[in-house]
Amino acid sequence: MSITEILFWFLTAMALGSAIMVITSRSPVHSVLWLIVTFFAISGHYIMMNAQFLAIVNIIVYAGAIMVLFLFVVMLMNLNAESEPQKNRMLQFAGLLAGGCLFLVILASLMKATETSSMVQLGSGNEGLIKNLGKALFNDYVIPFEISSVLFLSAMIGAVLIGKKEKAEHDGN
Amino acid sequence: MEIKYYIGLAVALFCIGVAGVLTRRNAIIIFMCIELMLNAVNVLLVAFSKMHALSALGKAMPSVVSDGQLFVFFIMVVAAAEVSVGLAIIVMMYRNVHAVDVNFLNRLKN
Repeated sequence: MSITEILFWFLTAMALGSAIMVITSRSPVHSVLWLIVTFFAISGHYIMMNAQFLAIVNIIVYAGAIMVLFLFVVMLMNLNAESEPQKNRMLQFAGLLAGGCLFLVILASLMKATETSSMVQLGSGNEGLIKNLGKALFNDYVIPFEISSVLFLSAMIGAVLIGKKEKAEHDGN
Repeated sequence: MEIKYYIGLAVALFCIGVAGVLTRRNAIIIFMCIELMLNAVNVLLVAFSKMHALSALGKAMPSVVSDGQLFVFFIMVVAAAEVSVGLAIIVMMYRNVHAVDVNFLNRLKN
């Protein structure tokens, strides 16, 4: 077993284990922290595939910004107490069964698929470096890039509009 | 590494996300499971892009490889915008019903 295979299985076990901990831990704060572990494992996979730009962006944007936002919201709401009522065990069992069935169906179709043993290039290739991705981004994808800036502006305005207190309505009530 | 292991990893992550959305009642955890599903798709896109770095299609058309990774970049952009609006909606919901349990949302109908 080569070093890349050992790293692959280690990162896979880390990602799957912490993903399971995300959905099983009782406290939302613990779920957020386990999700950060999952994102670091996924970033490790990106680095193994030499997609260094995406690995860094994944850590900065997901683990750095989005999860901190989640953590802020969880702590603002004071949810670290076990506030979730778990009454309907039947519904939980049905949800787990549905997820497991989806997993089995997709895996079974993967068994039937052809060319599933094509190799993935690991540790080499310069397509994932910032230089090449930047060239592709600003040559072929300029329009989507600019449109995403409009999307961010509208998301920012929307978040502010939704999040602010509605004075008039509260006075009326 | 063969592509089937990466497909298996992505499918497992996606199904853990689906099971989480279906079993948990906390709106924030449901939202985090959606992030998990998005990341599973990202892993799959990067793995396929690196698979085509070696395939005949990728040799004939080199832009295929960087296209897959740029799609991941745009998925991350849309996810960041989605999270900001979604968390604002959850905060608003908490302010109105003082809970983040999605079962309270059935009051939407009256």
